[in-house]
Amino acid sequence: MPKLRSAAELHGARMAKMRLFRCIRQIAAACVLAIAIAVAIAPVAAQQRAADGAPNPTGSVVNERTLLKQAPRVEGRIDIPDTKASVLIQPAGRQWDYFHQVTLHWLGGIVILGMIAALGFTYLIMGPLRISAGRSGQKISRFGAFERFSHWLTAVSFVILGLTGLNITFGKLLLLPLIGPEAFSNLSAAAKYVHNFISFSFVVGLALIVAKWLKDNIPSRVDIDWLKQGGGFIRGRHAPAGRFNAGEKLVFWFALGAGAAVIVSGYMLLFPFYLSNIAGMQIAQVVHAVVAMLFVAVIIAHIYIGTVGMDGAFEAMGTGAVDLNWAKEHHDLWLRDRLAVEQPRGQKTPSAAPAE
Amino acid sequence: MARMKFLCDADRCIDCNACVTACKNENEVPWGINRRRVVTINDGKPGERSVSMACMHCTDPPCASVCPTQCIFSTEDGIVLHSKDLCIGCGYCFYACPFGAPQYPQATNFGSRGKMDKCTFCAGGGGTEAPGSIEEFKKYGSNRFGQGKLPLCAEMCSTKSLLAGDGDMISEIYRERVLQRGYGSGAWGWLTAYHENVDA
Repeated sequence: MPKLRSAAELHGARMAKMRLFRCIRQIAAACVLAIAIAVAIAPVAAQQRAADGAPNPTGSVVNERTLLKQAPRVEGRIDIPDTKASVLIQPAGRQWDYFHQVTLHWLGGIVILGMIAALGFTYLIMGPLRISAGRSGQKISRFGAFERFSHWLTAVSFVILGLTGLNITFGKLLLLPLIGPEAFSNLSAAAKYVHNFISFSFVVGLALIVAKWLKDNIPSRVDIDWLKQGGGFIRGRHAPAGRFNAGEKLVFWFALGAGAAVIVSGYMLLFPFYLSNIAGMQIAQVVHAVVAMLFVAVIIAHIYIGTVGMDGAFEAMGTGAVDLNWAKEHHDLWLRDRLAVEQPRGQKTPSAAPAE
Repeated sequence: MARMKFLCDADRCIDCNACVTACKNENEVPWGINRRRVVTINDGKPGERSVSMACMHCTDPPCASVCPTQCIFSTEDGIVLHSKDLCIGCGYCFYACPFGAPQYPQATNFGSRGKMDKCTFCAGGGGTEAPGSIEEFKKYGSNRFGQGKLPLCAEMCSTKSLLAGDGDMISEIYRERVLQRGYGSGAWGWLTAYHENVDA
């Protein structure tokens, strides 16, 4: 049982407490006065109280404009469990809107249409690069079945990803007016799913390509010669190359770098909030879109040189076997090595049948 | 023509979350989605302010601008609505929105955000459903606006911190308040949403 105290006792204790508080208050007041004098007519202190001496509840408040000057967005605490909703205002959304609606449209248009125009011009002026010695009729195996599978897995994935991706940026300008909002929406919804799921086969294809071709794509001395000789584009000049020439190596390294960039940024968008907040996703989208536009342009050039741009090139990835004279002209060092390996096995001439 | 806007008088907001609850109940918002939320700035520090935020129904809305299917639009009252039939759940509006308004129900597995959901100013949806119909309610929530009523969040606000209605009227109410009491931390989000601020 707690001891019961008399009213007088309680009163005495209260008086003592009040005296103590009065003393503390006097000391505190003296301190405040001293500080006030020291700061003289500090404007901050003046703002804390209104003219009538009442505390000013807005004395220390920061407004939106001040906060946005300190940080790119206003963030606070939130009561609901969804903590990512604690970002109050992020004006960067408007900048991202500008990037997407203006910058990206121009960049994509210029890069992709520019590349198509440049290639069309090249074709009109130079025509396809022909095998200068003509076809020998003899074939030599260049890419095995697994290599071609890896290439086409990546290639088909890339074309699908490219088209479905471009639809998100340019579809509403080009396709929507043609087929109407309902059809366009259904198509775009399907395209979105295709884009999301095909991304996995692109990753697998790219990984296989890199694993299979990395060692043949390491830059070497001969690449400088190849570039000096104009990469085989100048008639009468021979550009030496191993299994892959410098141009192919550039495509390889570009595909690896750009592929990694679109893969990482793409998965950041596919799995929102796992790796980043909305600010991070805006950056990821910018990286994804810009790199993808450049990637599409480079691959258009790659498709050109592998098909109509050069005689005898497509069969390397088509049947896997190329004409001996084509190999001599474009990959002389590789051919020399291949023949050196094959001849001791009793083959005087390379097999005419598509090998492997 | 009236131009509908929201204005949160942060000097009055007490972070009671009644607006959040009113919105969820009135619109039967899908699980996990909060069309309105209250964020506390400088929590526990001098100058603490709470702000109730939802879609601000921007002038020149960035969500509508970036939408790949052009399913978001402004009505003649300045309310930003969208069609869930045309939405493909790509997430672009949610990158573009300065106020974190667009949200997605995680309808299925990864990569599928579902149809975007956001505050409609209690004005139904932007689809083809008849205004005030059950179908419209199921997809977008309440259509109080069609009945001449304002959003329930603002109507329910216990301190009359959250104001909804014609932009000129609510900014005038706010301006008078600021003049009377002598302070105001400003109309949060107005500069970003409407390219103008309420300066008392």
